[in-house]
Amino acid sequence: MPSARLAHARPLDLRNGRIELAFGAGGRAMAQLITELFARAFANDWLARGDDGAVLPAPGPGERLVMATDAHVVSPLFFRGGDIGSLSVHGTVNDLAVMGARPLYLAASFILEEGFPLADLARIVDSMAAAARAAGVAVVTGDTKVVEQGKGDGVFITTTGIGALPAGRDPGGAQARPGDVVLLSGRIGDHGMAIMAQRESLAFDAEIVSDSAPLNGLVEALYAAVPAAAIRVLRDPTRGGLATTLNEIATQSGVGMTLEEAAIPVAPQVHAACELLGLDPLYVANEGKLVVLCAPAHADAVLAALRAHPLGTEAARIGAATADAQHFVQVRTALGGRRMVDWLAGEQLPRIC
Amino acid sequence: MKYVDEFRDGTLAAGLARAIAREVDRGRDYAFMEFCGGHTHAISRYGVADLLPANVRMIHGPGCPVCVLPIGRVDMAIGLALARPEVILCTYGDCLRVPASEGLSLLKAKARGADVRMVYSAADALALAVREPAREVVFFAIGFETTTPPTALVLRQAAAQGLANFSVICNHVLTPPAIAAILGAPEVRRLGSVRIDGFIGPAHVSTLIGSRPYEAFAAQYRKPVVIAGFEPLDVMQAILMLVRQVNDGRAEVENEFTRAVSRDGNAKAQAVVAEVLELRPSFEWRGLGALPDSALRIRSAFAAWDAEAKFGLEDRPVADNRACECGAILRGVKQPVDCKLFATACTPENPMGSCMVSSEGACAAHYNYGRFRDSEALPAQD
Repeated sequence: MPSARLAHARPLDLRNGRIELAFGAGGRAMAQLITELFARAFANDWLARGDDGAVLPAPGPGERLVMATDAHVVSPLFFRGGDIGSLSVHGTVNDLAVMGARPLYLAASFILEEGFPLADLARIVDSMAAAARAAGVAVVTGDTKVVEQGKGDGVFITTTGIGALPAGRDPGGAQARPGDVVLLSGRIGDHGMAIMAQRESLAFDAEIVSDSAPLNGLVEALYAAVPAAAIRVLRDPTRGGLATTLNEIATQSGVGMTLEEAAIPVAPQVHAACELLGLDPLYVANEGKLVVLCAPAHADAVLAALRAHPLGTEAARIGAATADAQHFVQVRTALGGRRMVDWLAGEQLPRIC
Repeated sequence: MKYVDEFRDGTLAAGLARAIAREVDRGRDYAFMEFCGGHTHAISRYGVADLLPANVRMIHGPGCPVCVLPIGRVDMAIGLALARPEVILCTYGDCLRVPASEGLSLLKAKARGADVRMVYSAADALALAVREPAREVVFFAIGFETTTPPTALVLRQAAAQGLANFSVICNHVLTPPAIAAILGAPEVRRLGSVRIDGFIGPAHVSTLIGSRPYEAFAAQYRKPVVIAGFEPLDVMQAILMLVRQVNDGRAEVENEFTRAVSRDGNAKAQAVVAEVLELRPSFEWRGLGALPDSALRIRSAFAAWDAEAKFGLEDRPVADNRACECGAILRGVKQPVDCKLFATACTPENPMGSCMVSSEGACAAHYNYGRFRDSEALPAQD
């Protein structure tokens, strides 16, 4: 137990208290915040030791380490289907999972704004801890900084993760080959539209729930179903949406893609909200979807494995990689015509009329 | 989605495509202009061109609100927002990226400290002014007849409430003068230079102004007009109707969009607009130049809510980049690929001309949705 704890006169006021600059100053107040809030919520031996870092066991024989990091600046902090806490766990867990790795450890760094309610912070940290438990990862080390009021947006959370990559797994954005099948684990656009519907400037009351979820279980299910080499690319289409992810893969692999628009699942509410705002669901963010490019011979097995998992019940085969020197992603529209699906340019802004 | 997907149905589209293919005269070409950016977007977004015979060509017209917005007007808004910290400048999303002078846009002005915000409606801007009594909320209003009544309505509401911290920079423009300008352009009048065999008339605009205003063009210029909705099947139906008119030698105004458009339009909305706004003697359009009686300004009775009067704003015309072909493209004289800047110096990330800004603009629509066709047209590389 850290000795600083013994000197605390009163426990943190998690009901009415607020973040003060002292919480980031390195003194007793900071130690108190760490022990009473973070260490208690994340509850593991690494944090309990109170050292500057965590000493971790070496990976299993033949395994390699994978590291990923993700900063989270979402507004609003709490949204339907999640909050910045759970999102900050899922973001990094998913980055590790789509590398083919089994996520193991997270480091979390918090930038807190002076005046931020401790009750909200406790909610966020508890949600983070629950998400980490559900994903099977431990938050083993962290850092806290406090910025003056007006210089932050409540809470920013950066998480960095380490995962173990079993031998034989080597998915990557550059591995796609012409003929590979493109699969998607479910409906697109839920997260982005849930956030947008809740933003202050948009009085749009739709029951759209973020899809924020850890994908490591789904990825393990895939590797259990097909030979590792059959899985060429795994990606989670977050910011920029499915369109941007597929363009990244096309560029990295030097292939084109042809998609069937009618095969891409979109929830009716998301479709309607996008229609109203002049947005394209292909460019709207997701936080719990998986894109898989696999060898054509194993596509049916991959689809079956996706659909057998609770996060992939609406999985679909949406297209194929093609030989295209320009690396264009094309869509056959539901109408029967063709169009390109380009990278997102700037921010997605609604059209006027 | 109900009542929308029905107008995007692939089976119905295939049926219409067969009907168009049956009706066209193989011995001639057909060139139709869709005036509206909404149609341009639908055609590109759904790949309608793939369903048309090779001898039917669509020309993208100037009906994209941000495309025809001259640089000087955007400069005016940027100047105001940067010079006065009390100002919250709000406008529609598309408008934020329009390239202005000195490499600026409203979005870039925001990064330099101007308080620029996106709103979804004129009513949102008015509500913001009520919420922020200590600030000056300026609504940069743009668009054709569709977005004009909401602007007129908030001006009337601001006046009724005596809301002193709200004002509007009015950039509303009118469709009929723009169509007249295209038909009267030398390239179109001089036979063989640019041929336009007919128009797809605006959807939403026509719900306001009705179909009657197009009757004069049809008669005077002998060009058929078919007013159509913004869904891809609407567009295809309109093309079929235009092909039939051309084949029959007719030049009539027909209405495909009967589910929303009447001959006389929306009288109530027209009355609100007439009460608050009046014709500007002349207004500069990007690509089309100064057109008489082609835009609206705020009547003097509402001068207290007219940002141009309130802040003494000046309208200074600014020339486009000399290599930019937006003007010719907006008139249907050139296509995006004819422009040297297209997809090189001018891209949606860094638009040089306004046609590259909105996905309703001819260049952005082609860049985002149709660029793959250009490489298909080239001989295959080894």
